[in-house]
Amino acid sequence: MTTQQTAPPKAGAAATAPAGRVNRRVRRLTGLDLVVVSLMVAIPTLAVLVLVWFPAVASVLLSFTNWDGVGSIGDIDWIGGTNYVNVATNYPPFWPALQHNIIWFAVLFLFATPVGMFFAVLLDKEIRFTRFYQTAIYLPVVLSLALTGFVWQLLYSRDQGLINGLLGTQIDWYGDPNYNLWAAIVATCWKHIGYIMLLYLAGLKAVDASLREAASIDGANERQTFFRIVFPVMRPINVIVLVITVIESLRAFDLVWVINKGRNGLELIAALVTANVVGEASRIGFGSAMATIMLAISSVFVAIYVTIVTREERQS
Amino acid sequence: MTAVLETPPGTTGGSLLPTKHRPGPRRILLHVFLALASLGFLFPLVWAVLNSFRDYEYTAIHGYVSFGGFTLDNYAEAWVRGDFGLHFWNSLIITVPAVLITLLLASCMGFVLSRFSFRFNTTLLAVFLAANLLPPQALLIPIYRMFRSAEVPYWLSDSGTLLNTHLGVIAVNVAFQLGFCTFVLSNYMRTIPREIYESARVDGASVTRQFLQLTLPLCRPPLAALATLQVTWVYNEFFWATVLLQSGDKYPITSSLNNLRGEYFTDYNLLSAGSVLIMLPVLLIFFLLQRQFVAGLTLGATKG
Repeated sequence: MTTQQTAPPKAGAAATAPAGRVNRRVRRLTGLDLVVVSLMVAIPTLAVLVLVWFPAVASVLLSFTNWDGVGSIGDIDWIGGTNYVNVATNYPPFWPALQHNIIWFAVLFLFATPVGMFFAVLLDKEIRFTRFYQTAIYLPVVLSLALTGFVWQLLYSRDQGLINGLLGTQIDWYGDPNYNLWAAIVATCWKHIGYIMLLYLAGLKAVDASLREAASIDGANERQTFFRIVFPVMRPINVIVLVITVIESLRAFDLVWVINKGRNGLELIAALVTANVVGEASRIGFGSAMATIMLAISSVFVAIYVTIVTREERQS
Repeated sequence: MTAVLETPPGTTGGSLLPTKHRPGPRRILLHVFLALASLGFLFPLVWAVLNSFRDYEYTAIHGYVSFGGFTLDNYAEAWVRGDFGLHFWNSLIITVPAVLITLLLASCMGFVLSRFSFRFNTTLLAVFLAANLLPPQALLIPIYRMFRSAEVPYWLSDSGTLLNTHLGVIAVNVAFQLGFCTFVLSNYMRTIPREIYESARVDGASVTRQFLQLTLPLCRPPLAALATLQVTWVYNEFFWATVLLQSGDKYPITSSLNNLRGEYFTDYNLLSAGSVLIMLPVLLIFFLLQRQFVAGLTLGATKG
């Protein structure tokens, strides 16, 4: 340790250290330091640009072309919105898929989110066994959605599932298009509720205790305190939970892919995009048009999220 | 240092108020409700574990709502039939490099973003953060095509391209996770007092040494939380591994699930045993590193 402190200062570093002045400007860096800092920025930025942003832009551009995924990029033609018209009018699974995504989101937002919030409010109190209750409820969060699909299959299976065993029915919960979307959503909620609960538990802990104290001195009961004081204060978390729920519903894929690759009642946009790229019938036009729709929807909510988060950034 | 990472201690509303201990009927009702809910959430897992230890012949005859026929054979058979050794190995060689590279690159980026201010600071952070939230399926077509035409040496890939290689899956995972990790780390690094760097600089420490010997050791709490979370996420990652790896023997354990079902056809006890084996690593992480896991999950949403 001492040798580090007594090591002679490097020429470059010494020149950039004007006594007593706090300066964080990059241009003060010289020589090796500048190279190191540039690399530290350039490599991660390049990775994100090449593997996330470039493909995102490319998806949008491709959706306006007739590229079939096989020919060279050089001889593709711009065909305007033809792919979109085709998807909307010529591709039967599209509208059901969109509807399923909306149902998926509606259940997660209107059911799973309030339930998760409710558990958080109950468990935020000082009660015994709260650690056990919390752990039990967010344990599913650690499992993958693919595995979730399998675990629930043990309950849902037509011949050997527990649910049919108990009810005496013969319903193929994952196979029957009347039920399978709901069965998949229940399995998703199992995982989602715990996640939402965790987010709200963190949010509730961050609410200033003096606010609640003031409210209780003013004679507010628990419910009034929550809805009038605590809930509004948690606004940033509320918006973030909304964004996360939208994104999760849009990304919903693993579970239905594990069940039947997103067919027969389980069509979801993400599964259709994938099926059109790696599946038997490869239709890049449909795939990229739907990918662009996904990007358009998500970008609105991503923008909201980034704005909130970086606004806090500037304030802090 | 840990206090910064976790939610402020002792600020829970109830604890500051003088609470009278009255285990009245409402309290009991609350406990009954929470206990039932907890059991409800645990039930699917308990059910899987329970049936994984039961003999198929027995449950086929007596039905699942019965008791008895306990055996360990399902595990041995699932391991062999599912080729679990190979798939766990694949998971390992995808997860470990992906998490290490992600954390290294995110630390570098976070360090520069928090340590120096230049014009595009917030823009860059936004670019990173937003990348983390885009639906991966929407990027599939270009990435698939890029990987197929990216030529790599044959000692890295038997097809000569990035498609169908673990390297490709690692790269995509890194790119997708970078945003979140950079965000969390740069937030944390911002709390490191600037004076520490000033004195280090006066002592002649280069940027590299400041980063390696000052910043990284101080960032142990968020790095531990992120490492825990990232290991779980990459291990659980299903989409990219499924679409970018085309041969079943390259699949990590999470993606190989789908292949296993066909082989197990209707033997749900065997399927249970397979599922339990696959959840074992993440459950282990969860119970050993629960604090890190929870801290990591809530880091992005709240500025703890």
